[in-house]
Amino acid sequence: MDLFFNLAINGLATGMLIFLLASGLTLIFGLMDVLNFAHGGLFAWGAFSGVWVYDLTGSFTIGVLGAIVTGLLLGVLTEWLIIKPVYGNHVQQILITLGFMLVLSEMLKVVFGPNPIAAEPPAGLEGSFQLGDVILIKYRLFIILIGALVYAITFFILKKTRVGLIVRAGVMDKEMVQSLGINIRFVFMLVFMAGSALAALGGILLAPYSGVIYAEMGMEFAILAFIVVVIGGMGSFTGSLFAAILVGLAQAFMAYYVPSLSLAVNMLLMAAVLIFRPQGLFSLKGGA
Amino acid sequence: MDTILETKDITIAFGGHVAVDEVSVQIPEKQFTSVIGPNGAGKTTFFNLLSGQLRPTKGDIYFKGESITKLSPTKRTRKGIGRSFQITNVFPNLTVLENVRLAVQSKKQVRFQMLKHFKSYKDQEEKALELLGEVLLKDKANSLASNLAHGEKRKLEIAMLLALETEILLLDEPTAGMSLEEVPAILEVIHNIKRQGDRTIVLIEHKMDMILDLSDQVLVLFNGQLLAQGTPEDIMDNETVQSAYLGGLYDDNSA
Repeated sequence: MDLFFNLAINGLATGMLIFLLASGLTLIFGLMDVLNFAHGGLFAWGAFSGVWVYDLTGSFTIGVLGAIVTGLLLGVLTEWLIIKPVYGNHVQQILITLGFMLVLSEMLKVVFGPNPIAAEPPAGLEGSFQLGDVILIKYRLFIILIGALVYAITFFILKKTRVGLIVRAGVMDKEMVQSLGINIRFVFMLVFMAGSALAALGGILLAPYSGVIYAEMGMEFAILAFIVVVIGGMGSFTGSLFAAILVGLAQAFMAYYVPSLSLAVNMLLMAAVLIFRPQGLFSLKGGA
Repeated sequence: MDTILETKDITIAFGGHVAVDEVSVQIPEKQFTSVIGPNGAGKTTFFNLLSGQLRPTKGDIYFKGESITKLSPTKRTRKGIGRSFQITNVFPNLTVLENVRLAVQSKKQVRFQMLKHFKSYKDQEEKALELLGEVLLKDKANSLASNLAHGEKRKLEIAMLLALETEILLLDEPTAGMSLEEVPAILEVIHNIKRQGDRTIVLIEHKMDMILDLSDQVLVLFNGQLLAQGTPEDIMDNETVQSAYLGGLYDDNSA
């Protein structure tokens, strides 16, 4: 029982981190048909800049804010310089965002040096506590809490605000939103910035969890996030939450019970979804 | 009577096929103009040129004397030309009310304060409900649009179009694909809009009897060309129209 809970919490925490990355990706794709392969780069930049601020100030909270600001700034620059010139052209999008991903990754090494950097959980979130027979690691619970909070806030924005309504409608049919006279480009820029900030938040949260950050982590997590977007249904926000948790749990349990399958399990999940439900598990586009 | 919308020799060709061929018409302000013609006559293509979905190969379009030929659909909507599509165009996974609210709020520029809860914009909510009343859909406000019957979707679409408060309404076959029982209700809605008298309506229609008592002006398109333009009486008496459209080529006008 103890083991089961630990694996589940481990999986949930990983799932939430992937969710932070995938939720932005799915809305960016759903809204403007943009495949953003540079998303993982923003995640890694969030981690490095956040840890840098964290080390500098000694405050994890300020570190998190630093990561979010980095995400917003990089997001607005990416949208403006990289994405805007290639709207509507998937091949060019793939090439330029993949290239930009490499640039972001290498720039990390230029700015922060080529070596991995260690990160510790902040004082209040270190260690664990015991609940019955189960030992709970505080930092993992913290990640799950933040993930749930981000989901709730974003869900509220999508469902209850005017911008949210435009985003949901835009995911269903952006041409029609434009034909209503709405400037969807501006909304897309907002979504892109928010998505980048969430990715950066995911990056800084991952740092103390894995204990070490390195430039290639962006690419590794971006692949998981793409798998989640496919499983959850492209453009489905709630789908990305459930798919991320599914992927996180599958990985955690497989790593323990069938270690040789732990890398393949997510690919197999995605393949199964593509074969039996190619539109994704949650295909209610724009239903939030 | 002022002309609000005018085309001069607009032409569009797809490859070798000329879908709209040098059509020059004047749409008078606050009048009801019908566009009729057999299938493939170029009616919807003509609409696409007016609303900006397509750019003409040659010719110009003027809105209140100003050329709009090069403007995007969004800009034309903002200027005052709203259109509906032959295929129903509503957001299926939004509720009926959300659909209309989206159209109501579209008149406002997108700004950051839009992150406030929508309930703080009571006027927009009320406006949306009022429009739903106008198209006889108020009782369905909280259903998902995808659960509406076809005729109800068309009504919702008209409500969204009304919400844009454009001076011109371009309606592309509002009764297309409707069952016979649904037609009277949508006609009632269109009658009501016309009776208010403050909008210019241009409507593509198939069913002759319907357009005759509504129209102030009728345009007849045939093979991409303007065959005739006049009052319903003129059109009925026009022999070219009768032979080309009402005659053997097109017998479906008894409906």
